Amino acid sequence: MTQFPSSARLWLIQTRYQFFTFTRSKVGMFFTLGLPTVMLLLFNALFGGGTVDTPGGSWSVQQFYTGGLAAFTAVSATYTNLVNVVPIRRDEGILKRWRSTPVPLGVYLGGWITSALLVAVCGVLLQLTIGLVFYDLTIDLAKVPAMIVTFAVGVTAFAMLGLAFAGVVPDADSAPAAANATILPLAFVSDVFIPLDNPPRWLEVIGDVFPLKPFVNAFQDTLNPTVTGSGFNATALIYVALWGVFGVIVARRTFTWEPSTGGRSRSRRRRRSR
Amino acid sequence: MSTVEVHGLVKDYGDHRAVDSVSFTIAAGEVYGLLGHNGAGKSTTVEILEGHRHRTAGDVQVLGMDPANAGREFRDRIGIVLQSSAVERELTVSESLDVYGSCYSAPRPVAEVIEMVGLTEKADARIGSLSGGQRRRLDLALGIIGDPEVLFLDEPTTGFDPVARRQSWELVERLCADGMTVLLTTHYLDEAEHLADRVGVLVGGRLVTEGTPAELMAMSPLTTISFTLPTAINAATLHLPSNAVVDGASVQIETERPTQVLADVTGAAAALGLELDSLTVRRPSLEDVFLALGGEATP
Repeated sequence: MTQFPSSARLWLIQTRYQFFTFTRSKVGMFFTLGLPTVMLLLFNALFGGGTVDTPGGSWSVQQFYTGGLAAFTAVSATYTNLVNVVPIRRDEGILKRWRSTPVPLGVYLGGWITSALLVAVCGVLLQLTIGLVFYDLTIDLAKVPAMIVTFAVGVTAFAMLGLAFAGVVPDADSAPAAANATILPLAFVSDVFIPLDNPPRWLEVIGDVFPLKPFVNAFQDTLNPTVTGSGFNATALIYVALWGVFGVIVARRTFTWEPSTGGRSRSRRRRRSR
Repeated sequence: MSTVEVHGLVKDYGDHRAVDSVSFTIAAGEVYGLLGHNGAGKSTTVEILEGHRHRTAGDVQVLGMDPANAGREFRDRIGIVLQSSAVERELTVSESLDVYGSCYSAPRPVAEVIEMVGLTEKADARIGSLSGGQRRRLDLALGIIGDPEVLFLDEPTTGFDPVARRQSWELVERLCADGMTVLLTTHYLDEAEHLADRVGVLVGGRLVTEGTPAELMAMSPLTTISFTLPTAINAATLHLPSNAVVDGASVQIETERPTQVLADVTGAAAALGLELDSLTVRRPSLEDVFLALGGEATP
């Protein structure tokens, strides 16, 4: 029997290099960490000092935006990142190259997802730090466990949904559009950029059906002083987790290692990204 | 038992038969060249042997395993130099070899492989900054990092300029010297002639002939003698054979008996004190064989 390195070791190596690959990509860094930070600064400059009214009561804009944009960063690092990059690596033949090696494919994908989760951790810590330093953010220590669990459930579910949706993106050229066309409009009806106050019914339904708003609201709850107790929003977490399970089921059917189209989009992409 | 055994391999894409009853074997340590034009079925055949594609019919064994359902053990013992696959451009050369090498049971040392392919100076350069030729070298390096017993080289020099091709051949020759079994595909006849111990010619999905480059050339036994006719000399004066082609001043003779014909012609010229300009004796090339077998001329 051939002796291979242990899966744990391979997974660590994969995570490390996937993390390098991500952090060295300027475009990825800007859209994942830079853009939400700009938004946090902008929204606080525009609306800072005000309050938002949610069903539980009135609370400060800073707490609302830091929570919402931290959750949005976590989604950018997982869902948006994977929907963007999986089709590119597929079309460029990088996935095929990995499939030619003896690495267990679960270990490869596992390392990739773990690195996305690490990026999400960095992004959320960045947002919370900005909130603490500049915007008098208060973090209730009793709610920190809820914050961590909510984060963990959210990023895992959105990573799975990213893999699932990447599988149906036809080629690398349409990947950025596919990622943003799904997540950005949804963010507007999911309490990320603006608190929805008596929105039209259909917008409210869209926000409630897709998992972004439940996740954002659950994360905001852990920073919302009007929410008492441990801050766990069990209903929302279970709902987001179910979406994650749905993502796994779809990803298993849609994920492919082979470039979907011929050499055309591959060479186009390579030229453009130079 | 041979390292690679292919018997009656068939691959259909819908109504199109891309590979039609192809059979060949490759012995351990042998370099086998699959020669053919684009669409002749080379890449399909290789991808089936690599385990990337399923076959329609036939038997395939690589290292005693069926690639169609072989797993990690199989991929640990083969190396693949893919035709057009990128590498994560954000990593450096040595980082990429480190991470790709990490999944093999006994990888070669990264520094040694970088040295072999001549990328030592670029070891810490980002892959995104490499030239096309340097990336091809990296492809080769990634193909051998796992210390494979069988290496698949799919069109290793397509798109290269002549100097880069020469360099690449030397590199492949050095790699082959340590006993690796190699399956090479190419549409360059001189590449097959230069690198391969044996060559199989694919035309339209069928293996039309097979042999050493010398054997293939022997199948087209005509040697070509050509020269420029001296001015004011009639072709008849030189006792040219009847099949000689005289086009203005240039003369071309194809013959199975080059020694005799050459002696006759040069004897006649020497007797008259004439010099035959541009006198050339050319062996048949694989190109001639290829044309004789129904292939079309290479571009």
